[in-house]
This record gives sequence, structure tokens and C-alpha cells, in this order.
Amino acid sequence: MKDIVISVRNLTKKFGSFTAVDNVSFDVRRGEIFGFLGANGAGKTTAMRMLCGLSYPTSGSGSVAGYDIISQSEEIKRHIGYMSQKFSLYNDLTVWENIDLFAGIYGLGRADTKERAVKLLRRLNFEQERDTLVGSLPLGWKQKLAFAIATIHNPEVVFLDEPTGGVDPITRRQFWELIYEATERGTTIFVTTHYMDEAEYCSRVSIMVDGEVRALDTPAHLKQQFAASSMDEVFRTLARGATRGE
Amino acid sequence: MRTFSVLIRKEFLQLKRNPFMPKLIIMFPIMIMLIMPLIMTMDVRNVNVAVVDLDNSTASRRIASHIDASEYLSLAAVTAEYSEAMNALEEGDADIIVQIPSDFERETAIGGNKRISITANAVNATKGGLGMQYLVQTIARALAEIKGERSPAGITELVTVKNSYNPTLNYRHYMIPALMIMLFILVCGFLPALSIVGEKENGSIEQINVTPLSRFTFTLSKLVPYWLIGMFVLTVAMTVAWLVYGLAPAGSVGLIYFGAALFILVISGFSLMIANFSDTLQQTMFVMFFFIMMFMLMSGLLTPVDSMPDWAQKITYFLPPRYFIDILRSVYLKGTTLADMWQNFTALGVFAAIFNVLATVTYKKQK
Repeated sequence: MKDIVISVRNLTKKFGSFTAVDNVSFDVRRGEIFGFLGANGAGKTTAMRMLCGLSYPTSGSGSVAGYDIISQSEEIKRHIGYMSQKFSLYNDLTVWENIDLFAGIYGLGRADTKERAVKLLRRLNFEQERDTLVGSLPLGWKQKLAFAIATIHNPEVVFLDEPTGGVDPITRRQFWELIYEATERGTTIFVTTHYMDEAEYCSRVSIMVDGEVRALDTPAHLKQQFAASSMDEVFRTLARGATRGE
Repeated sequence: MRTFSVLIRKEFLQLKRNPFMPKLIIMFPIMIMLIMPLIMTMDVRNVNVAVVDLDNSTASRRIASHIDASEYLSLAAVTAEYSEAMNALEEGDADIIVQIPSDFERETAIGGNKRISITANAVNATKGGLGMQYLVQTIARALAEIKGERSPAGITELVTVKNSYNPTLNYRHYMIPALMIMLFILVCGFLPALSIVGEKENGSIEQINVTPLSRFTFTLSKLVPYWLIGMFVLTVAMTVAWLVYGLAPAGSVGLIYFGAALFILVISGFSLMIANFSDTLQQTMFVMFFFIMMFMLMSGLLTPVDSMPDWAQKITYFLPPRYFIDILRSVYLKGTTLADMWQNFTALGVFAAIFNVLATVTYKKQK
């Protein structure tokens, strides 16, 4: 069981009478890319926020990187990276200042930060944008930067909430290269997406409908199970049953 | 330490990049200290007096000329008809009517009691009230002079007023400390809250909440920059007060800074606490305004606490500016020392502790 990084049992979140996440259970293995799929409003973001220690579950339990999501959320935060759906770096700081800020918050020393930042800028081909205000970067670049900053402290798990929404296909491809590189270093990726081609890149995929996980397997097995030719078809088959609207 | 220093750096960079904030922080204290003391004066000048002289004697003319000579009063009309003076009052040409009865001079000389009557338009209560006081003093002085001339041995001042500490009863000197407190409330009370709620609105606070950054460090990083800015604002305000109005503290400058240091912590801590309970700028502004109205109107900044109703005086004990205005006025005008004011400093210290602990505890990284 040592290679289980995220373990969730009967996780539920209610907002008043509305059950956003309904009795969800799953495990994520170390080093895999776990695709967390679902239509808008299916409860993906809510579930992810509970795993990241931003939100308390109404009931159920879970652990991330060996720490309990209710009682040890601050410990979890040391070992994860998170990229929210809404771009949330500081638009009024430069690329370098954002990197320096978050590296400092994660407790990296000055020298260490500098070394990683230089490497990171080179990898992203961002060297000439070092002193550009983040707010003036194109969306695709912002997202790549956000990913780089979410992984600056070499976390065990990285949570990505629709990281490629609104991003052009070329940048999307580059983004997935970054994801693959991170998994090669042993990082586990937990990603939500609406692009079914991206779902094919995942090691395993879960599909959420109306707050429940309806399917969980490798893309190949899912296609077989639903007798579908693509993940797109699998998704449509499952999401058609959704009662929740947008 | 590195974590804290990157956070402080971030706050200052953000302030610097804001197109508006640095200008505001410099211009605010200068403008307020330059303009407000000029207009916030409650000194009453140019009270127009109409004299109804039914006596037409040396004494009555002497009274009129004293009124005319007074710095605060001006002689609007001298007439023998009360109705004429009343018209002037109704038209707004006169604020006060003085009626000197016939045979006034003769009767007073033999010790009789003819009375001068005064009618004031009290629609503007301050002008009416204060004008009346000035007038009474002026008439008293004129009468004393007349009496003194008759029997030089017995010159008696009828009224002696000596204002300690603010000898010229300069209203500006009384208001300047209050203006300084308003500056602190505006700058150090609003900015920290706006900064936190701004981060809530643009989502960057979420990126902070998902890091292991402790809420204590984060709160402190929002507190320290505004504390430094508050010290800067105080320095500017004190300089302007000294250069423009010639008001230098009678007591220790260090004590003023110490009091301000505590007060800024109080007001910023309060502001951070409000921010923790608000999700939008609108909400924050509305709630802050409510409290700031109370702070400004009930803490004795503008009106003395002693003349408030009892129940309101009890409420003022819970308003931190009450303690600081006492400190600032006493140190500035009287030269009071720490030993005389330690209760006020302690009260500010307690408020600072309470608000900042609450600001930290109510900051929720996980909901």
C-alpha cells in the first residue's frame, strides 16, 4: 500500500441541502497521472479543494501524501502543489518576483531559489520575460508559469484544476510535456480537464457525474467497458445521465 | 525569516506598482493637514451685532465702540428702534441684538439696576452661543472701563478667563491631533482590509492558502507595511503642523510615536479582522464605514466626551481612538509624560493585542 499517495473514503461535501460531492472513494498511486473528469458542476473542484486542505469535508475521510485531510492539512500543504482553475498568481508582480515569493513561502533558501528559478526560466524559454509583469503575459504562458511555481518545491502530488482551459493547442501540448517531465521525477499528477484527448494521456481516469464517481479505470479499459472508440464517447455516455445542469 | 521578508517585499512591490496608492499615501496627510485645520475651526468670527441705543449716552456709545473694535464682533447697525434691529436679524444682517435701555448711564451711576438685554439668533447654535459669550465679555469690559474712570482705585475685572495649555484658545491646535487620528484611521484602517479583500477577489489568496504559510506570518505581513506607512504619515503630519501652524509638541516626540505605534496596530488589527469576515470590497467598505463613523464621532475627536450623555460615555470606553486622542492632545498641548498617561497606553496595548489575536484566529485557510 506504500505506493498509494491519495486515498479517499466516502468523501462527502454538502452546501446546505446541495450535495456537491457525494460519497466518493478512490485511490491514486504514486507517479501516475490521475485524470479527474466530469461535466461542469459535477463536483470536481470541490473534491480537489478538500484534498488540498482548502475545504473541510462534511463527512468521510482521506489522506494525501500520508497525512489526514482533516487534521493534518497544513502538513499536506508542504507536500503538494496546487494550480487553481482561476489564475491566481500575482498579476502585479514580475515572473521572477512571483517565483521568488512562492519559493520563499515554501521555505527555499535564497541560493536554492535562484538556482531553481534560473533552471525553470530556461526550461520554459522565459529568460527574456524574467522582469515582465505576470499580468501582461498571454494566458498560455501564465498557465505554464503557474505550473512551474506549483512544482517549485518538488511536491509529491500536484493538483491541477483545468490547467489548459482556454489555452491554444500548441501550448497545451507543451503543458503536457511539462506534466510528463514532472512524473518522470516521481511526482503524482491529479488533473481535471474537459479535453478528452488529454484524458487519453492519463494513466487512469475517473469520471464524476452529479457528485459521484461513476467510472474509474485506465482509458483503454474504460473504452472497452463502454464499447467506445474514444474517451469522448465514454464521457458522453456517462454524462448524458447527469441531472445537474451547468 | 526569509519567508517573512519575501512577503513584506511583495506587499511593498504591490503598493509601489499600484498607480494610485503611493500618491495617496503622500498626498493624503499633506492635504488634510494643510486644508482641514483652516476650515475645521469652530472659532466664531464676524458675529454681527445690532445695537438698539435707547440711552444715547457716553456709556452706550462706549459699548458700541467696544463691539466695533472687537476682533470677533462687528457692528452691523446702531439704531433707536428695536423693530429696525429685529428686521436686520430677520434679514440675516445681524446675529445678535443688544438693547441698551434709556437712562442706563444715569441709573448705573447711582447704583440702580437697569439691564441691558441681548437677543441672539440661535439657529446657528454655535454662532449664537459663542457670539453671546463674546458679547457679554465685551460689554463687561466696556462697563468696567467706564466704572474704572469714575473711581480709578476700584478697577475690577468682572470676568477673568485664562486658558491654560492652549493660551490663545486656538481651535486649530485643538483639532490638529484629531486630524492626525483621522489620518491613521483612513490610511491604516482601510488599506490592510482592502489589501486582504483584494486578494480574495482576484483569487491570489487561494494560492497562499494552499501553501504551508502560517496564518500568523501572513497576518503579520499585512500588518507591518501599514504600520510603517502609518509612521510615515505621522511624520508628515507633524512636520506640516509644525511648519504651517507652528504647533510643536509640548511633550516628548518619542511618546507620540509610541502612542501612534500602538494605535496603528489597534486600527490595522481591527481592519484585518473585518476583512476576514468580508468576501467583497463592497462589504468591507460598508462595515468599515460604520465603525469609522463611530470612531470619529464618538471618541471625542470632534466633540468632548464629557458632554455626551452618560450611556454614550460608557460606549466610548470601547472605542480605541478615545484613548489615543487623550494621549495626543495631552502630549501635544500640555506636555504630559508617560507616567501620567500610562492607563491610556495600557488600554491601547490591550486593544492591539485583542484585535490582532482575533485577526489571526479568524483568518481561515480551510473552510
